[in-house]
Amino acid sequence: MIKFIAKRLGSGLVVLFVVSALTFTLLYISSGSIAQNILGDQATPEQVALKEQELGLDQPLVTRYFAWLGDALTGNLGASWFTSEPVANSLATRIPVTMTMVFTAMILIALCAALIGVAAAVKRGWVDRVVQIGAIVGDSIPGYVIGVFLVTILAIQLGLFPATSTISPEVGPEAWVVSMTLPVIALLINGVTGGAQQIRSAVIKQLERDYVRTLRSRGIGEREILFKHVLRSAAPAGLTVLSLQLIGMLGGVVIIEQIFALPGMGPLAVAATGQSDLPVVMGVVMYTVVVVIVVNLLVDILNGWLNPKVRVS
Amino acid sequence: MSTSVEAPKNAPLLSVENLVVEYPSKRFRAKPFRALTDINITIGQGETLGLVGESGSGKTTLGRAVLGLAPVTAGKVIFEGNDISNASRKERRTLSRDLQVVFQDPYTSLNPALEIGDILAEPLAVQGMEPAAAKKRVRELLDQVGLPSDAIHRLPREFSGGQRQRVAIARALALSPKLIVCDEPVSALDLSTQARVLDLFLQIQRDTGVSYLFVSHDLDVVRHISHRVAVMYHGEIVEQGPAEVVTRDPEHPYTQRLLLASPVPDPDRQEQRRADRHRLLANQQRQNEQAGAVA
Amino acid sequence: MSDSIDSSAVTADAAGLAAKPGTGQSGTVVRSTVMRRLIRNPLGIASLVILGTIAILAIFAPVLAPFEENFANISKTLAPADSVNILGTDSAGRDTWSRLLFGAQLTLLSALLCAGVAIAIGLPAGLIAGYYAGKFEAVSNWVVSILMSLPGLIVLLTIRAAFGPSVWISMIAFGVLISPSYFRLTRTAVQSVRNELYVDAARVSGLSDLSIIARHIFSVVRAPIIIQTAAIAGVAIAIQSGLEFLGLGDPTKATWGVMLSEGFKNVYLTPTLLLWPALAMALTIGGLVLLGNAIRDALEDGEKIKHRKKRSVATAEGTTAEPAKARQSRKSVAAVELGTEHHLIKVTNLGVGYPQADGSVKKVVDDVSFHVDRGEILGIVGESGSGKSQTAFSILGLLPDNARIVGGSIQFDGNYTVAPGDDRVNQERLSKLRGKRISYIPQEPMSNLDPAFTIGYQLVTPMVRVLGITKAEARTRALKLLTDVGIANPERTFDAYPHEVSGGMAQRVLIAGAISCEPDLVIADEPTTALDVTVQADVLDLLRELQQRLNIGVILVTHNFGVVADLCDRVAVMQNGRLVEEGTVRDILRNPKEQYTQTLLGSMLEGKTPMTMLVTPQKEPVA
Repeated sequence: MIKFIAKRLGSGLVVLFVVSALTFTLLYISSGSIAQNILGDQATPEQVALKEQELGLDQPLVTRYFAWLGDALTGNLGASWFTSEPVANSLATRIPVTMTMVFTAMILIALCAALIGVAAAVKRGWVDRVVQIGAIVGDSIPGYVIGVFLVTILAIQLGLFPATSTISPEVGPEAWVVSMTLPVIALLINGVTGGAQQIRSAVIKQLERDYVRTLRSRGIGEREILFKHVLRSAAPAGLTVLSLQLIGMLGGVVIIEQIFALPGMGPLAVAATGQSDLPVVMGVVMYTVVVVIVVNLLVDILNGWLNPKVRVS
Repeated sequence: MSTSVEAPKNAPLLSVENLVVEYPSKRFRAKPFRALTDINITIGQGETLGLVGESGSGKTTLGRAVLGLAPVTAGKVIFEGNDISNASRKERRTLSRDLQVVFQDPYTSLNPALEIGDILAEPLAVQGMEPAAAKKRVRELLDQVGLPSDAIHRLPREFSGGQRQRVAIARALALSPKLIVCDEPVSALDLSTQARVLDLFLQIQRDTGVSYLFVSHDLDVVRHISHRVAVMYHGEIVEQGPAEVVTRDPEHPYTQRLLLASPVPDPDRQEQRRADRHRLLANQQRQNEQAGAVA
Repeated sequence: MSDSIDSSAVTADAAGLAAKPGTGQSGTVVRSTVMRRLIRNPLGIASLVILGTIAILAIFAPVLAPFEENFANISKTLAPADSVNILGTDSAGRDTWSRLLFGAQLTLLSALLCAGVAIAIGLPAGLIAGYYAGKFEAVSNWVVSILMSLPGLIVLLTIRAAFGPSVWISMIAFGVLISPSYFRLTRTAVQSVRNELYVDAARVSGLSDLSIIARHIFSVVRAPIIIQTAAIAGVAIAIQSGLEFLGLGDPTKATWGVMLSEGFKNVYLTPTLLLWPALAMALTIGGLVLLGNAIRDALEDGEKIKHRKKRSVATAEGTTAEPAKARQSRKSVAAVELGTEHHLIKVTNLGVGYPQADGSVKKVVDDVSFHVDRGEILGIVGESGSGKSQTAFSILGLLPDNARIVGGSIQFDGNYTVAPGDDRVNQERLSKLRGKRISYIPQEPMSNLDPAFTIGYQLVTPMVRVLGITKAEARTRALKLLTDVGIANPERTFDAYPHEVSGGMAQRVLIAGAISCEPDLVIADEPTTALDVTVQADVLDLLRELQQRLNIGVILVTHNFGVVADLCDRVAVMQNGRLVEEGTVRDILRNPKEQYTQTLLGSMLEGKTPMTMLVTPQKEPVA
C-alpha cells in the first residue's frame, strides 16, 4: 500500500513539473512585449528595455523557467507585475476562502448525490424520474447562470440574503454562513444533479450483478446487500465522478466568486488574466494542479482500499 | 505414426511441426506465457482432425496459430508445402482463398451492423471479385447452408444462433477453401441446433472435399465428426490417432479421464461409467504414488 | 417491424426458417431505424426543433437582425420592449434581439469549432491507441490523464493571458483540452471490438488494418461520438459564455455571455436583460442534452432487440429492490389443497410473464406443474428459452422486478409462497425460507461471488444471519463445509478473494454456501455448465454425495441429458415455457412419449455412428 501511494505521489510530481513547464512556456512565449504592456503605450524603448531587464525577460526562456522553478521550490512564486505583491502571499490569503467553499460544496454534493442517486436506483418510480429530469435540467443550465438568478431573485428581489458576500469570518460565524449560502448553492446544484444521475446508474449496474441474486438466495437482507455489497462495488465509480466534478468546480468557482464578489482565487485570477500578469497566472495554475493531484491521490487510495484486486496488483 | 481411416493422404494439406506459441507477459521483464509446446499435427485432403481439450489446454490457440492470429515463437506451419507461420498480411490475403475459419460464438463472429450479404461478400471483395459475380456467389452460398436468399438484406440480429452459425459457415465457404479451422463451432448452440449444424459440416465435406481442423471441448462431438483426433492438455498434445481408437479406447491417462467424465444419457450405463471413472481415478492415483515413491 | 422478425427468429432455427420468409426489411437498416426511433420520441423531436430553430436564426442573423450587433442608440438606453426594439435595449442603447441573434451565431460556431478540434484529435488518437495498443496507448493515456486533471476554465484563463481575447483561440484550446473525452470513448469502443471474432474473421480474409478500421470499427464509435458531441457542444457553450461573462472575451463581439454580464450589471434597473441570454443558453444547451439522451435511448432500443435472445427477460423498469413491501398488505394466505402438504415443493399450473410496453404480457412460463419430495432430485431439462430457469427463479422468489406471476401457485412444505391469484411471489414468506430452507446454486461460479469480499466472509455471514450463530462458530462450520466439498486447503480458500481461486473451486464454494444452513430444497441452475467436463464429473459426484447424506430435495435445471442420467430421479422436459413431459428418469430417457423429447434425445451424439447425418436425411454426394 505504501509503495502504491509513493508511486502515485511520484507520478503526481511529474505531472506538476510537466504542467508548470508547459504553462510557463505557453505564457511567456506568446504574450508579445510584456514590458510594453506593463508600462503602457507612452513608454520609450529605453524604458521598455530597462523594464525587461528588471523582470529578467532578456534571459532565455529555459533559464527563466529553471530560475522560477528554483524559487518556487523554496515557496517563492515571484511577485505581481502590477501590484508587486508576492504571489505566494496573495494565494495564502485567498486560498482559504475558495477552498472552504469548494470543499463545503463537495461534501454536500457527495452526501446529496449519493443519497438521491441510491434512492433513485433502489426505489425507482417517481424518485427516479425526478433524478433523470433533474440531471437534464442541471446539465442545461451552467452553474454561474444559476448563481446570477439566485442573486437576482433571492438577494435582490426578495432580500433574503446579502447580494455580495464580501464578509470575512471575523464578523461572526452566523453572518458568514448566511453570506456563503448562495455561492455554495450555486456551486453545488450541477454537481448534485449530475452526480446523483451517475451514482444511480452505477448502483443499478451493481444491483443487476449475479452475486446480488445469490446473496438474496442466501437469506441476506436487502439492506445489508445494498449497504455492504452494492454500495461498496459502486463506490469507485462514484468517487471518479466526484473527483471529476471537483476538477470542474475549481474552474466554476472563479465565476461564482466574481458574481458574489468574494475575496477568493476568482477575482485574483480574472484580474491577472485581464492584465496578463503572468507570475500571478502561473501561481493560480500551480495551486489548481496541486489541489487536483492531492484529490486524485486520495481517490486512488480510497479505491485501493475498496477494491482488493487493485490492492493486490 | 497414426494411420488414416478413410481419407486419402499423400502429402498432407497442412502440417504443423514443433510449434511453440508464447505470449509476451504484461508485466515488465516477466517470463512470457507459453501457450503451446512442441505441437506436431498433420491434416490430409478431405480429412477432419478433431482437437479436443479443456479450457486452457491451448486447443483454440493452435487453431489461431494456423490462421496467423497467434504469434508463432518457434516451429513451422506448413500449408500446401509453404511455411506460413510468419505470413504477411498480403500473403494471408492469398492464403485466405484456401484457409478459412468458423468461430465459436455466432453472436460476436458477425458484425452486427452489416447485412448478411455484405458479410458474405467481404472475403470475395478482398479477392477482387466483381460485385455482380459476388452477389451471385452469395446466393449460392446461402442456398448451400440452407438459408433463404432474402437473408441477404437482413442483419445478424434477426437470426437465431444456429442460423448465424450457418452464415459464418457460408462466409468460410465463400472462396471454396481447402481447409476450414472450426473453433468450437457448435458449443454455443442448443442440442438440436448442434445436431443440424454438425450435419451441415458433414454434408459440406462430402460435397466439396474440404478438410477441417475441428476444435472442441466435447469428446462426443469430436468423435462424431473427425477422422483422426488429437488430445490437448496443458499446451501439449498428449495423444493422437484414429478417432475410433482415441475416443473409445484411449491410452493416455488424461484422455481416459476425459472419456469417463462425460456423462451418458442413460441412468444405468452412467452408473457403470461413474464406477469405471472412480476405479480409473483410484488406479491412476496409485500409479502416481508409486511413481512418486520410485523417484 | 424488426421486433416481430426478431422474436420469431429467436425460436426458429434454419429448419423452421422456411416458415417465415418475406418479412425481410432492406436498405440501411441500422441508421434509418435509429433516426425513426429518434423522431418518434417526443423529447427527440423537441430537441431537434429547438436546435433547428436556433441554428436557422443564427445562420440568418444578418438578415433577421434589425440592427448591427454594436449599433448603439445612446438616446434610448435600457429601454423596455417596443415595436422597434422588440426585446428592448441595453445600457448602451443596443438592440437586445439583434445582439441575441448575432450571439447565437458566434456561440454555435464556437461550439462547432471546439467539438471539431476535439474530434480531430481524440478520434484518430483513440482509434490508433485502441487498435494497436502498445507504446502509443501508454503515452496517450498519460497525456490524457494530465489534460483531464486541468480545470477547463483555469486553462482558458491561462490561454487568454497568453494570447489575448479571441473566441477562436480559446475554443481551439478548449477543444484540445476536452479531446480526451473522445479519445477515451473511441479507445474503449475500439478495444471492445478489437478482439471480436468478426474482426478476426476479417483478418483471416486478409483485410488490411485500414479497411478493418473503416469497415468494422468506425461504425461502432460513430453513434457514441454523436452523443458525445452533443454533450461537449453544451459544455463548450457554457464555458465560452462564462469566459465572456467574466469580461475576458472579445469586447467587439455580441455574445450571450457579455449580454448576461451586461444584464447582471443593470440588475437593479432592468432585470429582464438577464433573462434573454440566460434563456437562449438554457434552450441551446438543454436542446443538446436532450438530443444526446434521445439518441442514446434510440440506440438502446436497438440494443435491446439485438440482445433479446441472450437476455430474454432483460432488465427492469418496475419497482423496488425492497420486495418485502410488494405483498405485505395481503391478508392471511389460503391453505393449500388437502393431501398435498407432504410434498416439499409443489408447483401447480404456474405461469410467469413480462408485461410489454404495448400492454400485452409475454409469457415465458405457461401452465407448468410438478412436485418434488424430500430426498428426491427432479431434473428440469430444456433448450434456451424453454423457461426452465424462470421456473426455478419463481420458486426462489428471485424473478426480475418486472416479472409477474400470471397464473397458478407454488407451495413449499404445505404453505403457499405463491397463492392462487397472486401476481407476485410472497416475499414476506419467502425471505424467511430463502437461505434457510430453500437455497440456490448458480451457473456461473465467478460472477456469483462478490469480488470485494473474501470467500470466508461470504460463507460466514449467511450462517450468522440465518442460523443466528456466532462468527466463530460460523467460521468453524465454514471450514468444515469447505473440507466437505472437497477443497484440500480450506483455510487458505477461506481467506482468499474470489479472483484468487479457479472456476471449479469457486463452484465448490457456492455449493458449500448453498448447503451451509442445511436447507430442505436446493435449486441448482445449470450448476456444471460453465465447468470443464472432468471438473463437472467431480462436482456431480459432490452433489450426489451431499444430497444423499443430507436427504435434501433438489431441482436441477440443465440442458444436458447426461447430467440428468447421472443425478436425477425424475425428469421434466420443457419447451417454449410449457412442460412437455414428466416422468421417472428411465421412462423419459428410454421411452420418451412426446415428439419433442424424442427429437432432443435423437440429437445426442452418444451412441451414434460417427460421420453420419444426425437429423437431416441422408443425401447423395454431389461430387
